[in-house]
Amino acid sequence: MRAIKTPLIAALGILIVASAIGLLTNSYIQLIILFLFVNSIMGMSLNLVNGYTGQFSLGHAGFVAVGAYVTAAITTKFPVPAGLIALPYFIAVSLGAGVIAGAFGYFVGLPSLRLKGDYLAIVTLGFGEIIRVSLNNMSYFGGALGISSIPSMPEIDLGGYVISTFATSLIFAIFWSIICFFVIWRLLKSSHGRCFLSVREDEIAAEAMGINTTKAKIQAFVVSSFFAGIAGALYAHFTNYVSPASFTFLMSIDAVIMVVLGGMGSMTGVLTSAFIITVLPEILRSLKDYTGGVDLRMIIYSLALILIMILRPQGLFGDKEITTIRRKNVSSST
Amino acid sequence: MEELLQHLINGLSLGSIYALIALGYTMVYGILQMINFAHSEVYMMGAFFAYYSAKFLNLSSSPGFGSLAIVLVITMVLCSVLGLAIEKFAYRPLRKAPKLNVLITAIGVSLFLQYFAQLVFGADPKVFPNLIEDQTLFSIAGAPIKSFDVTILVVSLVSMGVLHFLVYHTKLGKAMRAVSHNASVASILGVNVSRVIAYTFIIGSSLAGIGAILVGIKYQKIEPMMGTMIGLKAFVAAVLGGIGSIAGAVTGGLILGVSEILVVVYGSSQYRDALAFLILIFILLVKPAGMFGKNRIEKV
Amino acid sequence: MKKFMIINLIMAAAFIFSSCTKKEDVILIGEYGSLTGDDATFGISTNKGIKMAFDEINAKGGIKGKKIKLVTEDNQGKNEETAKVVNRLITQEKIVALIGEVASSRSLIAAPIAQKNGIPMVSPSSTNPEVTQKGDNIFRVCFIDPFQGLVMAKFAIENLKVKKAAIFRKNGDAYSEGLANVFATEFKKMGGDIVIDIQYQPKDIDFKAQLAEIKAKKPDVIFVPGYYSDAGNIAKQAKQIELKATLLGGDGWDSPKLHEIGGEAINGHYFSNHYTTESTDPVVVEFIKKFKARYNDEVPDGLAALGYDAAKIVAEAIERAAELKPSMIRDEIAKTKDFVGVTGKISMNAERNAVKSAVVVQVDGEKRKYVTTINP
Repeated sequence: MRAIKTPLIAALGILIVASAIGLLTNSYIQLIILFLFVNSIMGMSLNLVNGYTGQFSLGHAGFVAVGAYVTAAITTKFPVPAGLIALPYFIAVSLGAGVIAGAFGYFVGLPSLRLKGDYLAIVTLGFGEIIRVSLNNMSYFGGALGISSIPSMPEIDLGGYVISTFATSLIFAIFWSIICFFVIWRLLKSSHGRCFLSVREDEIAAEAMGINTTKAKIQAFVVSSFFAGIAGALYAHFTNYVSPASFTFLMSIDAVIMVVLGGMGSMTGVLTSAFIITVLPEILRSLKDYTGGVDLRMIIYSLALILIMILRPQGLFGDKEITTIRRKNVSSST
Repeated sequence: MEELLQHLINGLSLGSIYALIALGYTMVYGILQMINFAHSEVYMMGAFFAYYSAKFLNLSSSPGFGSLAIVLVITMVLCSVLGLAIEKFAYRPLRKAPKLNVLITAIGVSLFLQYFAQLVFGADPKVFPNLIEDQTLFSIAGAPIKSFDVTILVVSLVSMGVLHFLVYHTKLGKAMRAVSHNASVASILGVNVSRVIAYTFIIGSSLAGIGAILVGIKYQKIEPMMGTMIGLKAFVAAVLGGIGSIAGAVTGGLILGVSEILVVVYGSSQYRDALAFLILIFILLVKPAGMFGKNRIEKV
Repeated sequence: MKKFMIINLIMAAAFIFSSCTKKEDVILIGEYGSLTGDDATFGISTNKGIKMAFDEINAKGGIKGKKIKLVTEDNQGKNEETAKVVNRLITQEKIVALIGEVASSRSLIAAPIAQKNGIPMVSPSSTNPEVTQKGDNIFRVCFIDPFQGLVMAKFAIENLKVKKAAIFRKNGDAYSEGLANVFATEFKKMGGDIVIDIQYQPKDIDFKAQLAEIKAKKPDVIFVPGYYSDAGNIAKQAKQIELKATLLGGDGWDSPKLHEIGGEAINGHYFSNHYTTESTDPVVVEFIKKFKARYNDEVPDGLAALGYDAAKIVAEAIERAAELKPSMIRDEIAKTKDFVGVTGKISMNAERNAVKSAVVVQVDGEKRKYVTTINP
């Protein structure tokens, strides 16, 4: 009984909270909240590769782009079912987008994961750019103009009580965030996860212990690309528009910043830094009223980044989780 | 034939600019094992330093090698100061930190300089003053050789020559090579590592300044976002040649410059920006340390 | 759940923090544009025109006794930033009308948001036809891409009397591709021949390889539908490799910096524009005089003029509207007829596009010699 009851109560709770947020806030804040989830999934998935497996990828935006474009193409070029069925349909589409992004991850990872450190970084960056340049030249995907009119999440009418687009979007986002969180969380507790960690700690020693390090790296990379694709699907639905210009190298950089800022290999750390990265620039927006129209937002942002790195090199949480940070004598929870 | 020659000259002058900037990446990498993402912004600032110094001294009215030399010296000095400041305030506190932190800091510095430049210089493009008169010097097999192409080749060759002398025939160069080989052993043997690192930043940043002036002379358009693409490509050139290797950076830059021009002529320009990365991926898969890089075997 | 509460609290705090200024005695109009980033120069020009228009109106006492307050948000030329700032302008700043953007791709992001919220949006210079098809709240004050391509094709055939044209387009740029495609079809329809159609890449600074290819095909004219910084360099490098064909361009060429970058090489080439600084029309003369006085002797480009016109059209619609409701302002913008703007007489058609003529000018150093006017 409990197995059904708990998720049901959780779903109901989310629904109520989502509707409440929908009523209390305006669409600007709603969009920021949705972006919070997009960034969280992006950060968590990259953390699997950069944080836990110790492989330095700079091409995350490429996989986000694949997911976003697959979603955009399927939902704009084929009819979308109306009504209640639309939500599971969108979830199925985003699942497909994730799978395709994961497949891309496999083919990118297979050759490039032989490389190490900065070389791997620059090759993944290269793959990310190649994906973007290719999209720019594909007229089926709208070329540089991209794809517009991507459908938002549907409104659901429950016999008079309407669940707003925002509430369904939030449910969609929370659904994927939870899956992403727990898949990665459980993965790390499994023997695969131990392999990832051992590759990070000492690749040669791991190999000596009989671990197939290449396989472990590729596994981590594929799972990470899959969730990057999911983040892309969310991005496409929430902005209703994708173009190659959205998925530049700067997006990959943002993802890396989230991982390092939160502390490499800390799930809650990444979530916290995703929150900071999303919300801080928005709060700084109103600063303009006090500086006479001079926009110091990005300058403060970049200085904050430098200062945090200098003053707290291990990131906000190091490799600890928020739950273990207060307990003493616990070296690491993962 | 005439056309091919023209394209080759063009590719070489583009490639030598890539090479000058790539040298800065490669030298810092050789010594600190870090990707100095802020290097492309030092290059951008160099273009603005040159622009304002030429404007301030009113040199655009008297183009020639004298004016060029004055601007070159001023820009190199200012770029060195900037490079030193970045090293001192952003990188030095992180010398013992993990590599990713340094990388993020470098990105932070890069973002800071980009937005600082947009705020101070304005975000719109500026027109670089005429430091060299635009004229055809002579022609080879019907291909006109332009004064600025010659200037670019001469200036870059001279700077690379000076760099070669510095690294292989001076005491400082010996110290640099020692630090890049093994910093801790070098410091035990009495090399002042911090000082060597500072000199590396001075040299790399001055080369970026020279590159900026050459781009300004050839293409005349400078803007705060000009560093991103060229910086990325120069970095690719450095990795292509084998990062940490000076000969590699020069070769990588030239290969990239020439092949970019040739792919536009004989292929399609659409995929040109992807080409740099395709070449890179191919070379790294065949030779994982780049063309001139030494493959270090990791030991337990 | 606790996390959401915290998020919500911080959001609410941010909300209160940013909305504490009193906004009752002013009319809030929003503008979004690229004030920083790669496309900053377009956003800045437009912003200058808009600011000048509203300051003029405020100096005369504003509208209905209220002053106009322009709220400008910078989108850094980025897509997701555009979605955020437009949502912010509409729901947080509570603007009654929206002006922006130059780049069609970003107008395409903003348009559905404005449409959904029932806020009228006037784009000063997004020329892609799709923009105004996003809904009946979306307007523009410039002509659309197909028209400009047609203008230059017509001009090449009828005025220059040439038959062989090359196209040199900016790859991956909606504006450039739009113009190039229409030019190609129209030029062929009028009996001309496109001998070569190639592209350059965004951020390119070296065009010689492609120009050499064009040179080999010996065209009479080269259509270069790009922006001034590229066009200046292209003209210069064309001259360096002794390519003698005449260059034709679109309104993207219009900037005082065109000849600074292009030098002598750009002289004698033609481009289509929204207005000409040579015009003796008192509206234009007055605009240029005021603009120069305000912005340090800078000559206004087409984007500034369009920004100015867009702002004036919005202001007039607000003046005519019975109440300060977005829906009423929308209706009045739709009724705009024979508005005398700097960029010509503007009337909105049923597709909410401005119907107006284009001028063709020839570059002569700082001057733009008026050549002809081509009507739709």
